[in-house]
Amino acid sequence: MQLNFSIPGDDMDLAGIASSTLKKKLQQIGVDNSVIKRTVVALYEAEINMVIHGGGGDITINVTPTEIQCELVDHGPGIADVNLAMQEGYSTATDAIREMGFGAGMGLPNIQRNSDHMEIHTVPGEGTTVKIMIKIG
Amino acid sequence: MSEEYLHSVTLDKDLCKGCTNCISHCPTEAIRVRDGKAMIISNRCIDCGQCIRTCPSHAKKAVSDPLDMLNKYTFKVALPAPSFYAQFKNVPIDTVLTALKKIGFDDVYEVASAAEIASIATAELLEKVKSPRPMISSSCPAVVRLIQVRFPSLIEHVIKIQTPMEIAARIVKNQIYPDKRGLGVFFISPCPAKVTSVRVPLGNEKSEVDGVIAQKDIYPALRKIIKTIDKPEHLSKASSLGIRWGHSDGESEAVNSKKSISVDGIDHVIRVLEQIESEDFHHIEFIEAMACPGGCVGGTLTVENPFIARSRLKRYSMACENRGIKDSDQLTEFDISWTKEIYSHPVLKLSENMSEAIKMMDEIEKIDAELPGLDCGSCGAPTCHSLAEDIVTGKAQKTDCIFILRDEIKKVAGQMAELERRMPQTRNFDKR
Repeated sequence: MQLNFSIPGDDMDLAGIASSTLKKKLQQIGVDNSVIKRTVVALYEAEINMVIHGGGGDITINVTPTEIQCELVDHGPGIADVNLAMQEGYSTATDAIREMGFGAGMGLPNIQRNSDHMEIHTVPGEGTTVKIMIKIG
Repeated sequence: MSEEYLHSVTLDKDLCKGCTNCISHCPTEAIRVRDGKAMIISNRCIDCGQCIRTCPSHAKKAVSDPLDMLNKYTFKVALPAPSFYAQFKNVPIDTVLTALKKIGFDDVYEVASAAEIASIATAELLEKVKSPRPMISSSCPAVVRLIQVRFPSLIEHVIKIQTPMEIAARIVKNQIYPDKRGLGVFFISPCPAKVTSVRVPLGNEKSEVDGVIAQKDIYPALRKIIKTIDKPEHLSKASSLGIRWGHSDGESEAVNSKKSISVDGIDHVIRVLEQIESEDFHHIEFIEAMACPGGCVGGTLTVENPFIARSRLKRYSMACENRGIKDSDQLTEFDISWTKEIYSHPVLKLSENMSEAIKMMDEIEKIDAELPGLDCGSCGAPTCHSLAEDIVTGKAQKTDCIFILRDEIKKVAGQMAELERRMPQTRNFDKR
């Protein structure tokens, strides 16, 4: 099963559409609730990051009976220091985004905690690709 | 897992016009229109009453117990929900309770008193128990069933405390009248989901409530009696803490957690539950979630406009501020925790075999892409996507979509015209 989403930047209303759509489909194909929960949390976090930092982008999700793979590609500014971004509490979000309750940091570590494998490929000035893999069963 | 669902919400086939208004408002996509009549998919229905609210033909009904059910018992106790007080304009609570005794009940016990107990127990739980946050109130049975069907990962957030209705019934049966023969306990209900909760309990093997009387069924007769009461008995004991449970915000105010929110209306509840699943709300401690707009006063078995009722109930509860239960030691002689776990109802699952389910999902997406995406409901399913699901699960066909059907007709008409042109040349049709 493949799902594709194109998420515009700076539109917080649409951020979350991929994770909530995927959630319903995972329920329908009978994936365990705890796996769904981890997937939703990781993907939602990555989606929000893509909107806030990456100026939007494309999400491709593949589901097989053994795993869920999500790839989020943006063409934003990239992450200057991935190690720093992986630290708990580190955030570059603007005040406007924080007022909405987002941007408290923890994004990347939270994705890592909830996934079985996570990869970040980033080139400053060109964009970021985040890959998340979660095992089923 | 596969407990039989018995519902309060039903359809009056004679009144149903098959108009499809209800299908798009159902939060669990539990209604289809087939052969010109709405049909409720029983294991998906959560008895929220949304279809009752939206049906222009009043064909959706909530079945509660008839008033003459009282005759089966020799000693009857009424349990009026807090929302019931708000149905009457400028009538003191004592008068409403006295009227209940005059209409045929032998005693009354206010559910608002039991709500005080539930408030104190919830506050204690929030303080002492380290379960996943936010904790979600279990007082609205439609919300609990919604979680079972659509948000199974949130089951561990649900507060496992009996509802005020059950606590009230247990106090009457175990503490006030423990040895009474022929005792019958009746909840005066604002909502159909409570009727279902008595038949198919949540968090209990068996409900202690013997019957559920709809507020709108008892209202006309009670109103007549109320007019005759000059000196009401002093029966009301509940404080504002419990009475407020009848309207939105009331329960969270009573629980008194600084990090709480209250949400009412099933669509708003769904949005909040979605956000809890994405962990947006982990900084919130407690969530009061009510399926009906305005809280229980917005239930479909009430009489008064919910907004008037809410404002009225707020006023009535303010007059009862300085009384009620003060000491939590005097609460109940029994444990008010749930005695039975609740489980998810994976009714949305396509197949028991995951590979098969993924294949079906691919097929659903393929068909969905061919459908017009208007979600018009003419096929009898709430959305194009749900029609695609119904097609793949063998419950519908593509031509149920009127746009696909029109295209097919156009195709066939084109083929017929083409066929007509290909008539054998051996005959000259013009010289007949």
